[in-house]
Amino acid sequence: MAVPGYLEFFIDPSRCIGCQSCVQACSECDTHHGESMIHIEYADRAASTQTVPVVCMHCEQPTCAEVCPADAIKRTADGVVQSARKPRCIACGNCVLACPFGVPELFENQQIMMKCDMCYDRSSVGKKPMCATVCPSQALFFGTRQEILAIRPQSMPTNRFQFGNQTITTRVNVMAPRTKARPPLLDVTAAMDERPKNRTIRLKVVGQGELDPFAEVEI
Amino acid sequence: MPVPARCGKHVSDCAAQRFGDSCWGSAGDLRSPSRKIWCTAMKGYERVRAVIIGAVVAGILAALIVLGSRNLTHFDAALVGYTFATLFAAFGIAYRYAMWLQRPPSRMYWRRGWRVLASGAFLKRFVSGVRRAVVDVAGNRFIFRRGFLRGAAHLSIMWGCILAAAITFPLVWGWIHFETVPGSLNTYRTVVFGFPASEFPLGGIISFIIFHGLVWASILVIAGVMLAFRRRMMDHGAAATQQFGEDVLPLVLLCAISITGLMLTVSYTWMRGYAYGFLAVLHAVTVILTLLWLPFGKFFHVFQRPAQLGVALYKESAEEAGRATCKRCDRPYAAAAVVRDLATVERELGFRYEIQAPSAKKDGGKNPEPAAGPSKDETQRRANHYQQICPSCRRALFGLAQSALWNPAVDSERESGAA
Repeated sequence: MAVPGYLEFFIDPSRCIGCQSCVQACSECDTHHGESMIHIEYADRAASTQTVPVVCMHCEQPTCAEVCPADAIKRTADGVVQSARKPRCIACGNCVLACPFGVPELFENQQIMMKCDMCYDRSSVGKKPMCATVCPSQALFFGTRQEILAIRPQSMPTNRFQFGNQTITTRVNVMAPRTKARPPLLDVTAAMDERPKNRTIRLKVVGQGELDPFAEVEI
Repeated sequence: MPVPARCGKHVSDCAAQRFGDSCWGSAGDLRSPSRKIWCTAMKGYERVRAVIIGAVVAGILAALIVLGSRNLTHFDAALVGYTFATLFAAFGIAYRYAMWLQRPPSRMYWRRGWRVLASGAFLKRFVSGVRRAVVDVAGNRFIFRRGFLRGAAHLSIMWGCILAAAITFPLVWGWIHFETVPGSLNTYRTVVFGFPASEFPLGGIISFIIFHGLVWASILVIAGVMLAFRRRMMDHGAAATQQFGEDVLPLVLLCAISITGLMLTVSYTWMRGYAYGFLAVLHAVTVILTLLWLPFGKFFHVFQRPAQLGVALYKESAEEAGRATCKRCDRPYAAAAVVRDLATVERELGFRYEIQAPSAKKDGGKNPEPAAGPSKDETQRRANHYQQICPSCRRALFGLAQSALWNPAVDSERESGAA
């Protein structure tokens, strides 16, 4: 079984509302029984409510796999980077520290690293991963490229990321503003000084002198 | 669709990937011809070195066989097939171990582990190390934590195999043989490496247990294999990720060895030796096939897995030496020595996570900076490698970077709306 090539994962962190539905759904996946492998990270907990859903990006050259001293992490031919093979993993934690996206988790008591494997039991038979199934804002979307381009006319997917001098290409895509040019490179280290934007919320009142309970909310 | 590996080869074409090893020793993109030549040359050197190590180990084992069997005096010629299979297995295991240790991350941990042992830090942790070896390795505690039946299956298979190996290999190599004690035909003597070791009476409970040692081992292995097969058939997650060669074939081989071995006992005990010759050949074939496959498949973890003890030792001593603090959030997140070593390994592998230039300000100062969090200047001054950023901040940066892409679009939309 393999994840069909025409099905892709698209993440749009700016759509995340931090509802944690994906976290709950993820823990029901059969490949990592009861443990949630998705991260909902606060961009800056003290200053903002902005949340970031982080799943494994399934890199073409997975740093986690290459720094694994036990050679326990394998990338299958369909481009999915699997969790550490249990007989081999020696729980050193190299992968946890090396992953540029901060995805793998080490379970010291079980001596094993586990990570998002795109719900391989589901995606390998053409079903959506658990998180994408329940995400109410579709910050996590699993489907074809045509579908995502049709429902997000202002967005386009990109799968190239810059970390310092290192460019990483992934199987999972992130939504960026649509341009006619090549999809942009997402420079993660350039965001080192970024802070969540202070959002101003205005109620745009329709009509003159009367309050509209269904006023459009502009964020 | 096959995925290009670092050298431009497809994974399905790559010998290293086929044998379960990942591509390493690469400096960046290996699609250029000079890099390919360098990679090929290095691989060749590493292979030659590993072949020599494998040959030395197999040679030492052969010498020990000659020595232990007293110039092959006690060597059982009927078991010569097993002997050559074990010699090949010794060569293959040493070869793969040598190849494995030449990978930059494995080599780093190997060196660090021995350095900790040599430094005397091991003595401080001797008791905890022994306890960990007994509880985790011998008792499989960490596997029981993944599930009771899973732990029971592994424990049963592991001790069954250890028992079988402890009985079979010394017998095959002629290191142990039994002989009657002169003057007492009812007493057997165990001879180890040509030296008399112990005596026990024939027909007693001890001799029954000793001479049926492989039966007990078979029962343990079959019970464990049944539990493992049950999980692999009922667990959806295991069914989705398992591979025939890596996960199912080892169980099939263990089951075949155990059942054909048991059938030998059944044949000579209750069936007056019916089909004994055929069963003996069948058993030999299954055992020899397993021995030949031993270095290349899942069973290699038997030799690889004890490394977890060395890793734990190194991590403990590194933690005591000091923790690294995230350059973005100023929180400690890992042992500083481990982070430094990892950055070195990444460089050796060809990754370039160095952050040379400070990032430019993207928003043009439109948004006021929140009071919380580290100052920009401070972050720019201190972070020069992405390893210095903790996993939690990496996840936050991922979201912030995506937001930054959208900020100009949102701003221009607002401006056009306002106009």
